[in-house]
Amino acid sequence: MIGVGKAKQYTNVLDKPLSRGRQEVSLSAFAFLFSELVQYNQTQVDSITELERRLEDAGYAVGARVLELLCHREKGNRRETRLLGILSFIHSTVWKVLFGKVADSLEKGTEHEDEYMISEKELLVNRFISVPKDMGAFNCGTFVAGIVKGVLDNAGFPAVVTAHSVPIEGQQRARTTILIKFAAEVLHREARLG
Amino acid sequence: MPPAPKSGDALFASVDRVNAELFTLTYGAIVRQLLTDLEEVEEVNKQLDQMGYNIGTRLVDEFLAKSNVSRCVDFKETADVIAKLGFKMFLGVTATVTNWDAEGTSCSLVLEDNPLVDFVELPDTCQGLQYCNLLSGVIRGGIGNVILSNVVLKLFQNAYSQLPETLTVNMVSMKTEVTWVRDMLRGDDAYEMRVKLIKQIPEEYPYKDDD
Repeated sequence: MIGVGKAKQYTNVLDKPLSRGRQEVSLSAFAFLFSELVQYNQTQVDSITELERRLEDAGYAVGARVLELLCHREKGNRRETRLLGILSFIHSTVWKVLFGKVADSLEKGTEHEDEYMISEKELLVNRFISVPKDMGAFNCGTFVAGIVKGVLDNAGFPAVVTAHSVPIEGQQRARTTILIKFAAEVLHREARLG
Repeated sequence: MPPAPKSGDALFASVDRVNAELFTLTYGAIVRQLLTDLEEVEEVNKQLDQMGYNIGTRLVDEFLAKSNVSRCVDFKETADVIAKLGFKMFLGVTATVTNWDAEGTSCSLVLEDNPLVDFVELPDTCQGLQYCNLLSGVIRGGIGNVILSNVVLKLFQNAYSQLPETLTVNMVSMKTEVTWVRDMLRGDDAYEMRVKLIKQIPEEYPYKDDD
């Protein structure tokens, strides 16, 4: 009968010791899982914007948890309060833990004060994804944009985060840029903090 | 001569790897989405199993290509190979095969470590949820096709060396049933799946070489 094991390990999952974060699974296992996620969501929606929103929501949940996990494990329970601090946290720590490398670049937008961009030549999640022409500008990087949004929102930096494909000369696959647009209150707070 | 099959650790070292936590959290996001959409835990279980089945049918091709496993003549060997090499190659953990029944058609796969369930606790409202049902679907999809693919590979090897007049391919298709016996999220000490072979149907493949 399921559930009547003799040796109960821990009554509460919060009592279990936190793993060191070194465990790995194969890339293809993740790729298959991600493809099932996208395929399932495709059956549930009628439009591309809805598909993007659902992927973003899925990523949001991941981001929220990643923030808690990493703050506790890597940063000794200290959370960033400055804009540049949280951005470099995402660009280095979060990217390093989730994707095995730091993001390719972090730039400040030239046109607007509240825009920042994280670029990646080839997002891990997009490695085995090909988007058919009739889906236009859809990019599965919206999942990663959701992760970033989850981290930012829960760290107290509300923002609108989107993923864009930027075709590059001489490269077959487009580069992906995650565009972060912070809410006005974040900039006011940042200005007040000096 | 086909190259010798690799050991589980060598296999895992040879594939590209990602952080297990990304995998765990993504799976959690999937289960949460399903629960929100479908609301009934039974429906979610079925959907997870179906997703696992889809993954399993494609996973097995990659497994055969990378692991150089040349021959799995019966169910016993298949189960061993899946537990030692298959699980190791994709999830980085090994499973053990136990409790064979008398006819050799039913066995248990036991997992102590399961990357799908890190950080997970089942709330009271979801007690009927088989959180790891994706895994049972993967096993179902994988086993049903591993012997199939093996036989096809062998036949093509034979075909090119012997060039017979007619070539009829006997494919064996296996159907399995996978049920959960122990589940750590419910308080047990390990994860145990009971894998039962339902039938082996030899199918005549209508392929003649001399047309």
